[in-house]
Amino acid sequence: MLQKEEIRRDNINDTFSNFKVELWRYQGERGALIPLLQSAQETYGYIPESAIDHISEIVGIPSAEIYGVITFYSQFRLKPMGKNIIRICDGTACHVNASTAILKTITDELQIDSNETTEDGLFTLQTVACLGCCSLSPVIMINDETYGRLTPKKVQQLLDEYRNADGNGG
Amino acid sequence: MKTIKVGLGTCGVSAGAQKTYEAIKNEIELQNIQAVLKETGCNGMCYREPLVEVTDEQKNSFVYGEVTPEKAKTIMNSHVLADKPVAEWLVQSTRPSEDDTFFKKQNRIVLRNCGIIDPNSITEYVATGGYEAIQKVLNGYTPEQVIDVITRSGLRGRGGGGFLSGVKWKFCRDATGDRKYIICNADEGDPGAFMDRSTLESDPHSVLEGMMICAYAIGAEEGYIYARAEYPKAVARLKHSIREALARGFLGKNIFGSPVNFSVKIKEGAGAFVCGEETALIASIEGKRGMPRFRPPFPANKGLWGKPTNINNVETYANVPWIIMNGPEAFAAFGTDNSKGTKVFALAGKIQRGGLAEVPMGITINEIVFDIGGGIKEGKKFKAVQMGGPSGGCIPASMGDLQIDYQQINQTGAIMGSGGLVVMDESTCMVDMAKFFLRFTQDESCGKCTFCRIGTKRMLEVLERITDGNGKEGDIELLRHLAYEIKNNTICGLGQTAPNPVLTTLKYFPEEYEAHIREKRCPAHSCSALLTYSIKADACKGCMACAKACPAEAITGEKKKAHEINTAVCIKCGKCLETCKFNAVIKN
Repeated sequence: MLQKEEIRRDNINDTFSNFKVELWRYQGERGALIPLLQSAQETYGYIPESAIDHISEIVGIPSAEIYGVITFYSQFRLKPMGKNIIRICDGTACHVNASTAILKTITDELQIDSNETTEDGLFTLQTVACLGCCSLSPVIMINDETYGRLTPKKVQQLLDEYRNADGNGG
Repeated sequence: MKTIKVGLGTCGVSAGAQKTYEAIKNEIELQNIQAVLKETGCNGMCYREPLVEVTDEQKNSFVYGEVTPEKAKTIMNSHVLADKPVAEWLVQSTRPSEDDTFFKKQNRIVLRNCGIIDPNSITEYVATGGYEAIQKVLNGYTPEQVIDVITRSGLRGRGGGGFLSGVKWKFCRDATGDRKYIICNADEGDPGAFMDRSTLESDPHSVLEGMMICAYAIGAEEGYIYARAEYPKAVARLKHSIREALARGFLGKNIFGSPVNFSVKIKEGAGAFVCGEETALIASIEGKRGMPRFRPPFPANKGLWGKPTNINNVETYANVPWIIMNGPEAFAAFGTDNSKGTKVFALAGKIQRGGLAEVPMGITINEIVFDIGGGIKEGKKFKAVQMGGPSGGCIPASMGDLQIDYQQINQTGAIMGSGGLVVMDESTCMVDMAKFFLRFTQDESCGKCTFCRIGTKRMLEVLERITDGNGKEGDIELLRHLAYEIKNNTICGLGQTAPNPVLTTLKYFPEEYEAHIREKRCPAHSCSALLTYSIKADACKGCMACAKACPAEAITGEKKKAHEINTAVCIKCGKCLETCKFNAVIKN
């Protein structure tokens, strides 16, 4: 279990992670499990086993039950993610406006299927139900940016942009 | 001084509005222009994003559509500096424009401030009369009177169920419990619906104010907003708004100097459609797997942490302050006998003008699709609208004169749902649509009820086999049988409504199922397994473009001679059709 002193010291050194702060703030309030898992995922990009054990000790919920919660929600990952997370929308409006062609372009281009990560660790692809940008369909989200009115060509350009950004150290 | 507003909702940003905003900011700094630059939400004209509004010294408003950074520069130089509006890019101004019809049949209550005020500024919300309704209530209404006003207005829950909000509030008010909670359901999960996202992004305070009024009426001191993980911008604006309201004493202890306490917390969802169901949502806030439970007891008696809890969605709460200020009669003046007020619809799919439209209940489908939505894209034929998301159904174009209210929509087999309205044209295959929704509900089924967990899987398998060209006689009957069992043997809304997309398409488009099963043909030319591609010899110029594009090397032919597709090798990806500039490739 994380010692409060240790976290405070980290705090002073300004090297503490979001996750540790959340753990430190936790004071036994009810219903904190999901926010704690969310901040663990934000810190590590996924939920590592060690984080589950930490959380289990602190909130007093058995690890097995925490696994149950993690696997119930589509947001949570138990495996590391790529540097950029592509979420392709396959909601009704996107589906009607040929999101399958966009998905195919991405899977062809990156040589991965949905829920997979590229070998170089640059991209993880996820299919989601609806991003709520139906009027601009088809839509994808890369990290927290949403891109609309896409065509296969535009998607290729976008992927190139992200690849180049990485090449330049971005 | 002129004011320039840029719509920075998610829809605007994904169309490039952030770059437009930066370009205007740059221009102001470079040329030292005396103008105020502001950000605002979405006015509903998503099809024209990015939108920029210039308000001149005489308070005349000029809205420009599809403003790229380059266009923004021109607008700054011509309009803002030289007082010459750029007429050809205007979509709304003092002069008539073709886009005026988008607003003509709308009545805006929920969207009253959307695209007008800066959502990050509590001052602007207050300046438009914001937070007056809660003060009116605190100063002169008993909780019972508030409930009476809401009941008389006829407001029904806008999340899909359509239960009378006032009655729901009364149940919770009358329930015994030392603590009570209210929850705002912002887990807008229906694919095709985005009005709650837009409302939260464009006018978050109206939702907070609605929640405050409800909390007072019920006697709750704590509220939760359960927001979707996919809406980062909405969550960020809400957090900011809550901080602002706290700083002014509108939230917290003794709000507005009254003896009433009220605080709001945001809970971010973690991605589960079933959490839109109220008992599942409560389980999720409690930090558990979001699985629905049997009702009764209803949340009004036994909700969050076992205490009486009222749940309404974003749009419902956003109506409340308006009703308090304008009176229940004014609200009930809109709509039909059983459905009062207005409803926000999210128009999407094969429609010319995709966006948000708030219309009085009782308007017809045709009025929404044609008068507001501008008809179908690319001049194609209107085939159907899908209403109510995965719980709803497809209503055929032949029923376009149907009035939209809770009762009439239910009679078709669809539901009002949260108001997603996805328009389909002749190229949409209805069997594929049904399969699409079934895959969704199958995926999102929490697994508690056997009939939902396994039944939807079996239905999906039948639909997959039909669209793959392997459908059998008896499949339609089998689908109906499974649908009946699922509807009657599941405990929550997800399962009970999961078969609706299949049932409505079977009801209105049986011939499409039959064509797939008996003739192995997809009338909409959409199901790829049932398609063949060929090249019209007389239209082909022999440019070789398709042959180069073909990933399977299925196209043969010499330069300047007609090409051919080897159907045995063709993988039906459609690249040749996309590539051909002479429309020589055809789908059969």
